Amino acid sequence: MSGDMNVTLKVWRQKNNNDRGRFETYPVQGVSPDMSFLEMFDILNERLITEGKEPVAFDHDCREGICGMCSMFINGRPHGPLQGVTTCQLHMRSFKNNDTIVVEPWRAKAFPVVKDLAVNRSAFDRVMSSGGFISINTGNAQDANSTPIGKDDADMAFAAATCIGCGACVAACKNASAMLFVSAKVSQFALLPQGQPERKQRVLNMVAQMDAEGFGSCTNTGACEAECPKGISISNIARMNRDFIGTQLSMQKV
Amino acid sequence: MNWFTKMFSSSIGQKLIVALTGLFLCTFLVVHAMGNLALFKSDNGMSFNLYTVFMTTNPFIKVVSYLLYASVIFHAFKGLHLIYKNRQARPVQYGMVNGKANSHWTSRSMGVLGTIMLVFIVVHMSNFWFEYKFGYIPYVQYTENISTGEVSGMPYVDEAGNPKQIKKKMEEFVIGDNKITIVKDLYAEVAEEFENPLLVGLYVFAMFAVAFHLFHGFKSGFQTLGLNHPRYNQAIQFIGTWVFAIILPALFAAMPLYFFLVK
Amino acid sequence: MTSSKLDAKIPDGTLEQKWTKYRSTVPLVNPANKRSLEVIIVGSGLAGASAAASLAELGYKVKVFCFQDSPRRAHSIAAQGGINAAKNYQNDGDSTYRLFYDTIKGGDYRAREGNVYRLAEVSANIIDQCVAQGVPFAREYGGMLDNRSFGGTQVKRTFYAAGQTGQQLLLGAYSALQRQIGLGQVEMFTRHEMLDIVNIDGKCRGIIARDLVSGKLERHFGHAVLLCSGGYGNVFYLSTNAMGSNVTAAWKAHKKGAFFGNPCFTQIHPTCIPVSGDHQSKLTLMSESLRNDGRIWVPMRKEDAAAIRSGKLNPNDLKEDDRDYFLERRYPAFGNLVPRDVASRAAKERCDAGFGVNQTGEAVYLDFAFNTKYKYGKKEATKRSIANPTEAQLKELGQVVVKEQYGNLFNMYQQITGVNPYENPMMIYPAVHYTMGGLWVDYNLMTTVPGLYALGEANFSDHGANRLGASALMQGLADGYFVVPYTVGNYLSKEISVKPIDTNHEAFVAAENETKSRLEKLMNIKGTKSVDYFHKRLGKIMWNECGMARSTAGLTKAISDIQALRAAFWNDVRVPGDINEFNPELEKAGRVADFLELGELMCKDALDRNESCGGHFREEYQTEEGEALRDDQNYNYVAAWEQLTNGDWELHKEVLNYENIKIAQRSYK
Repeated sequence: MSGDMNVTLKVWRQKNNNDRGRFETYPVQGVSPDMSFLEMFDILNERLITEGKEPVAFDHDCREGICGMCSMFINGRPHGPLQGVTTCQLHMRSFKNNDTIVVEPWRAKAFPVVKDLAVNRSAFDRVMSSGGFISINTGNAQDANSTPIGKDDADMAFAAATCIGCGACVAACKNASAMLFVSAKVSQFALLPQGQPERKQRVLNMVAQMDAEGFGSCTNTGACEAECPKGISISNIARMNRDFIGTQLSMQKV
Repeated sequence: MNWFTKMFSSSIGQKLIVALTGLFLCTFLVVHAMGNLALFKSDNGMSFNLYTVFMTTNPFIKVVSYLLYASVIFHAFKGLHLIYKNRQARPVQYGMVNGKANSHWTSRSMGVLGTIMLVFIVVHMSNFWFEYKFGYIPYVQYTENISTGEVSGMPYVDEAGNPKQIKKKMEEFVIGDNKITIVKDLYAEVAEEFENPLLVGLYVFAMFAVAFHLFHGFKSGFQTLGLNHPRYNQAIQFIGTWVFAIILPALFAAMPLYFFLVK
Repeated sequence: MTSSKLDAKIPDGTLEQKWTKYRSTVPLVNPANKRSLEVIIVGSGLAGASAAASLAELGYKVKVFCFQDSPRRAHSIAAQGGINAAKNYQNDGDSTYRLFYDTIKGGDYRAREGNVYRLAEVSANIIDQCVAQGVPFAREYGGMLDNRSFGGTQVKRTFYAAGQTGQQLLLGAYSALQRQIGLGQVEMFTRHEMLDIVNIDGKCRGIIARDLVSGKLERHFGHAVLLCSGGYGNVFYLSTNAMGSNVTAAWKAHKKGAFFGNPCFTQIHPTCIPVSGDHQSKLTLMSESLRNDGRIWVPMRKEDAAAIRSGKLNPNDLKEDDRDYFLERRYPAFGNLVPRDVASRAAKERCDAGFGVNQTGEAVYLDFAFNTKYKYGKKEATKRSIANPTEAQLKELGQVVVKEQYGNLFNMYQQITGVNPYENPMMIYPAVHYTMGGLWVDYNLMTTVPGLYALGEANFSDHGANRLGASALMQGLADGYFVVPYTVGNYLSKEISVKPIDTNHEAFVAAENETKSRLEKLMNIKGTKSVDYFHKRLGKIMWNECGMARSTAGLTKAISDIQALRAAFWNDVRVPGDINEFNPELEKAGRVADFLELGELMCKDALDRNESCGGHFREEYQTEEGEALRDDQNYNYVAAWEQLTNGDWELHKEVLNYENIKIAQRSYK
């Protein structure tokens, strides 16, 4: 073992979606401060396997903060104590020796638990299917430089587009609202000339699908923005509200 | 569903109802506070009582006031309904939540703060509005000397000292050098009510709720309307904090305290 | 001589005409028939998502499978630096031919001319398509697209979106895919892993997939199957790949008749964050784009290196003259932007010689101080009309620009290492990043199994023995958006009369039973060691003997070590949990079992190739200056390995014909 930190984990265990679930406590020894949080879980799982117990299931893939798959609610906050950081990029140097760390899955009606700390976030995919795209078939495109896009607009669209779809916004929100996720996609396209033809229909469809998935509504607490690992701004939510209201009041189609 | 019902049944539409009614109620608070400043005038309550008559008789104000009652009901009903729905969006609660790490407590307590305000409004309305409209409020007679401008007030009573009543809310006529004004004495009612320390306590407590509710609510309303712009956000935040979360609640709280401590 | 079993089917005609002629003469499927043709796509990265969207747009019925919880998670998302395209927007002499030439040369003359030229040709369309989808590429103030440079080229042809280009491109393809899902053209199967292909009458007709949540095995029919399942870098355990990246789909296809091309060609990326300890589960790349502005160095003297290692010397205090900018010294023409294989070997050479700068001695510096101050700082000072800026001012002004260009990478570095890269030079070391090898495919991207295609990193295709930076995204999207929609039609035009085959067909039943018994076997070993235990050991063997430097002795030993490890695995692995539930350990076990077979083939291939080329460096074959020494006489071929029924392999060669490029020793000096 490479480190000398010890921590106690209180981890949510739930066999599947029909199980009620409960917390279980595991001490973990020999943790190095240079370890990532997930590597600390690797140690725990390695031990549980050799002890003949069930390892803790959790979602993770790229482990470099971009795929959006990791999703742990750590000590009352999505992705743990740091801002702008996913669970996989959280390192044990952010904790102290002998800390007790509570780890739970994202909790929302729209994100049912698959097992232990893994949840089903396909609601996000369905929201995307409802309008999170520009309808351009392959081969239709004109030359990439034929429409100049001002750097500021391009940068703002990019900032909205950096969303990794991890769901921390939903997890952080006391209402389990998905407004930040949905508005980031709506904004990205609303800010670009390519997104204009479908702008109105897009916001209506995406909001309708968001509501149908059972997410809560937005009460502007700002928790999503504070916890978003990519720093997506709630000004995107305002933009979506504006687009939604404006569209409702102005759309030609009845 | 037609587009209109569709719009207002969507999550954003429902929030829009809360935001619009809320911001409308904010404008009411400004008017209410400005008018009630008359309470602090040392004229035996004449300005206040005249203001009350104006507020209850002016047709435009009447229309607005019905809008106001509707707003209160919609705001409270929609707000509570959304809280109920939002709770359903997370059927299993977290074992540990560190809310203060990512949001201000006021933004997470709008339901509680709003409910306190709702209770307050019911008490407040039954104390004054209901009494004024349907209960018994004695009349007061003000005598203003036209040449000197001096005003004196006395209870409107018969020779035996029993309170007299008139048909209307107010009567004005001139006798010689004096202009006589007879009007319902809500001012006295206010003064009397605010001798009750429990009520004063409730009022002051409720004003804290107003302050915290508006601290989040004012700027939140703008965000819901989509009015978020880096050039104006600071101004909205400033007005929300200073005008609606500090000055207005302080003024309102000063009124019962003024009667309880000073008068 | 090219093996009779391999026909690359490269169209006739001049290089420039091949693809144009192919597209104009390829048989078509009429729209009504497309509706009744089903295509299965495994993997939802750049290649998979773009192919799925494009085929669905054409009207085919498409099923897409991915093991992650959403198609948006595919590891293409982690690509940082950019995507190449021969747009020549910078007016610096770029052209289709030059991109083609750079790619062939960068691949050390081990790729097919026809394929690579097609790739260069369609590269420009990719940028158009992505911009139209709303991909927010970086732009200049005038609103036009910006470009940066990448290794192995002398033009600026790389389009980028900060350090998240892969993410933006994947989200573009993902949104196109989600659109088709919404329209009902694509049926999406998330948390599903393909565990076998089903061949009927010599053609691939479907797959067996496991629903990872319920553990149930499913049979799916397709008139054609496209494997877009990525590379196999995780055979090294530590790599820049995602934890779930695996070879299983490609390997199952290999075992059912698809030849594996150039398995030993792996790319070791020079700029990764060094290993910090045994606990490490993966390595993190620092984009090649950083070499635009970062200068790579080690101390000139060993004493200084030792002092730095022991913490007695701060690298910032080392004088310019005492630093060895070894890439600039050895390769003055390309400097820090030499191709990846060259840069990696040079860093390893310095570290092996005792100049490494971290505690393990396996790191070199990537230093931004110079360009922060004198490239960007000066420029900004001029813009702001500051006449005689101080050093501190230059640094401050420059850092703003550096932050804008590489901010997310710098943050990532600081998060992982706990060191602030704005103030201290980054420490980097090479790490496994990409696999040029993969399933052998012809010009149509079809494997040796009719009806089975491989796209993107899963095929061996276009990068020869070394891939140039910003070319993987280009290839994945080229295959998916612009190549396979034509070539799959070529095959399917002959399949229009084939009715969907009932999945109760004996071939489906047999394949499912085979898969089931393998899973049960894994569950029933009930040994004492975790899957990771074996994976780590395999990784060590591969990294030491089949990594940056390979030798006959090492590879021979590695082969027997892997065989022993494989036997131990099947004897002593412990897979906890149940077969009929969400069981990540079981998933891992299946993947590692496949890696344990692939590892052996890689070593075999490396041992067979008695030359050094690109990422494949055999210590016995190098020039006096330590550069790779190719043997074009004997090894100018693609090694395509066929698995025999006894588990051994037979080598088939596809000889590479260079008709347009004069094959020469690669020089970046």
